[in-house]
Amino acid sequence: MAKPLLAIHAISKRFGGVLAVDQASLFAEEGKITALIGPNGAGKTTLFAIITGFVRPDAGTIRYEDRDVTGAPPHALARLGMTRTFQIVQPFAGLTVVENIAVGAHLRRRARGAALAAATAVARDVGLGDMLDQPAGTLTVAGRKRLELARALATQPKLLLLDEVLAGLNPSEIRDVLPVVRAIQARGVTIVMIEHVMQAVMSLADHIFVLAEGKVIAQGSPEGVAADPRVVEAYLGKGAAKLGAGAA
Amino acid sequence: MLSPAILIPAVLNGLLTGAVYALIALGLTLIYGVLHIINFAHGALLTAALFAAYFAQKLFGIDPYVAVFALTPAFFALGYALQRFVIGPASHGDDRNMLLVTLGLAVIVENTLLYAFHADTRTIDVAYGFQTIDVGGAFLALPRVVGFGAAFVVALILWAILTLTATGKAIRAVAKEKLGAELSGIDVAHVYAITFGLGTACLAVAACLLIPTYYVNPHVGNAFVLVAFTIVVLGGMGSVPGALIGGLLIGVVESLCGLYLGESLGQIGIFLIFILVLLARPSGLFGERA
Amino acid sequence: MTRLAAIVLVAAALAAIPLAAPSNAVLNFLVVALMIALAGQGWNVLGGYGGQYSFGHAAFFGTGAYVTAVLQVRYGVNAWIGFALGIAAGALVGRVIGALTFRAGLRGSYFALVTLAFAEVLRIIASVAPITGAGVGTLIKLDLRPEALQFQSRAVFYWAILGLVTLSLLIAWLIEHSRFGAWLVAVRENEDAARALGVDATRLKLNAMTLSAAITAAAGCFYAQYFLFIDAGIAYGPWISVEALLTAIVGGVGTIFGPLVGALMVRILGEAARLVTGDAPGLDLVIYGAVLVLVVAFAPRGLMGLVTDMRAAFARRARRRAAEVTGG
Repeated sequence: MAKPLLAIHAISKRFGGVLAVDQASLFAEEGKITALIGPNGAGKTTLFAIITGFVRPDAGTIRYEDRDVTGAPPHALARLGMTRTFQIVQPFAGLTVVENIAVGAHLRRRARGAALAAATAVARDVGLGDMLDQPAGTLTVAGRKRLELARALATQPKLLLLDEVLAGLNPSEIRDVLPVVRAIQARGVTIVMIEHVMQAVMSLADHIFVLAEGKVIAQGSPEGVAADPRVVEAYLGKGAAKLGAGAA
Repeated sequence: MLSPAILIPAVLNGLLTGAVYALIALGLTLIYGVLHIINFAHGALLTAALFAAYFAQKLFGIDPYVAVFALTPAFFALGYALQRFVIGPASHGDDRNMLLVTLGLAVIVENTLLYAFHADTRTIDVAYGFQTIDVGGAFLALPRVVGFGAAFVVALILWAILTLTATGKAIRAVAKEKLGAELSGIDVAHVYAITFGLGTACLAVAACLLIPTYYVNPHVGNAFVLVAFTIVVLGGMGSVPGALIGGLLIGVVESLCGLYLGESLGQIGIFLIFILVLLARPSGLFGERA
Repeated sequence: MTRLAAIVLVAAALAAIPLAAPSNAVLNFLVVALMIALAGQGWNVLGGYGGQYSFGHAAFFGTGAYVTAVLQVRYGVNAWIGFALGIAAGALVGRVIGALTFRAGLRGSYFALVTLAFAEVLRIIASVAPITGAGVGTLIKLDLRPEALQFQSRAVFYWAILGLVTLSLLIAWLIEHSRFGAWLVAVRENEDAARALGVDATRLKLNAMTLSAAITAAAGCFYAQYFLFIDAGIAYGPWISVEALLTAIVGGVGTIFGPLVGALMVRILGEAARLVTGDAPGLDLVIYGAVLVLVVAFAPRGLMGLVTDMRAAFARRARRRAAEVTGG
């Protein structure tokens, strides 16, 4: 296996008395979709914040493109090609859709005209093509999620970290977003996603890491992870795996 | 220069001044702790309270220590009304707007006082104004000693309100978690207004304690309030013990600085401490995260 | 009409005013209004586009004024060079204050407080330091020659300040059409999201503050040359901090013409008040304070915001009428 695009090793983070992340290690292979799943409060978003430079880890290293980027600030990582979206969407409310996306596009393009043109193209790719001049604050949740995605895409990332991009969407909206994510992967972008929507994870992910109480408790292919009793227990509580096995 | 005969009175006087500073800072930190805004109108309101205490004595012959019992509820009502009917509605819930509105109010109040009463400095004459108490060789002005005691009494009353009454519990709930408090049926606008009222009431007490030994002009509140800001930042935004301890500390520091550096440079000392603390440790010695 | 064309048109219209031979009082009023507008344009770069509300822009105004004045009076430096150095000094002060505050991560109320404190520190220093004339102030010698940047005709002063204001309008236009501006506005709307998209928010805010300080300092330099007298209260006093932000808020934060429109409006209000109640100290500031509260309460996007709203309303009505005609 070639060196993974992203490799984090033994990351730990404590907030006051709580050990939010405990010696977590994971990796993402280039061109693949890697999912990070786990029950609520497992520390997934904290881990994302650490990987993308918003929070400093107490211990551990982050390697991107085989370079140590531990402690690098978010904007430096974005310039290296690592961009994230936020679980709670953060549109630039006072700007229009195309202006929002242009902020991302400006990372690679200095001129305003070029950035706006690139933003328009990305907007069409994610299906926001006919809402370009709408104020971002007036979009529906689904629209805002797409905007979040479009903004990140406009930075031409090599590694895209999606934090619950499907949260808050109804089943038909989810069905519409999945091909967009696959299309992004098809273009060669490596994706790491935190997700709760299990059918999406199962159908999209090439590799899954399971986080519970700050620790990585399992990893593997979707089928392998689904069958792992430790994973079942993490979600459903102690003894659930045995119960399931007994009933089967 | 460092003889105890000079140092001890300086320290004691610093403590006396510091107690009144602490009272002013208490109001500010309470407002910040609950509304999460810095009340830029605090200084102007203190000036207004000082004028009120001044005129109570000059026009009606009411002694400040008596006037305080009328002025405190009056200023509580003023503060309540300001927050409930002006600041709250005008801000539309935006923090940046609240900053601007309190700034606007400060400008209005201070300059109305300037327009009405001109820039002259005024003082009142009370019989006990120059009486002193001998504390171990240091002669301390009686009104200032009274002020010291009163500050602690007020702090105690405030603490009692916050911990023992239902209103106090509501205030603490809103301070900790506004949305949750709202969902449990607490009228947040009312709580905000009560908090602002309490903060302003502290100013009324401070004014009555100050007026026997201090002067009043339309700009005097600003000087006090920047000291209060420094104390609040030092002691921690939202921390009541922080405001008390910080106040006493700053009072002593100012007194010692004034001793060695003279009046006007002593003022700069406060500002510089303020800036330094804000830059180095915005959460202060006791406060929550900024 | 494009914004650029509007800027040229407005500048040309304003430039024509002295040709209509207005009275000295009117011309003086306009000069002062434009000077305040310039200070406001400076504030707007950091506050309007950047979203960082400074309550201490007097720090830059006063530095520009004092450097210009002191260099001429005490060191015999040429007035034009003094002017340029005044702007540079103001920019430097802005950069230093910005470096300290942004690196410490100060935002919102804290930022407003710290800028207020810095302005006050400078005012106190200026009121006691011998180099600034302490309590007495600094007086520039009357020398009505262009070489000394003083002009016999008030109209020339007017065109000079108009030129500076036009420059600031162009700078605002450039901001709105550049990556710097797009990123600045993004940081204003949501700093974390902007960082995630590759924006070095700290450096951006620092640059915005430097530019903002330079523009406001220019207004201060002009004040010194026009009035020929400054003291600590004039140079570093809260009045200019308040007026700078007021013009931007009233006119419309984050717009090109906001501070200009706001300055004219605010100054007209001040003059009207003076006509009604006479020249009493403090009255104009009371009005300004009231205007600030009212604008925030009822027209938070300022006068330019109202203009945009009206245009949108007209556009809607026009569309509806067109639909009625064609729809039948």
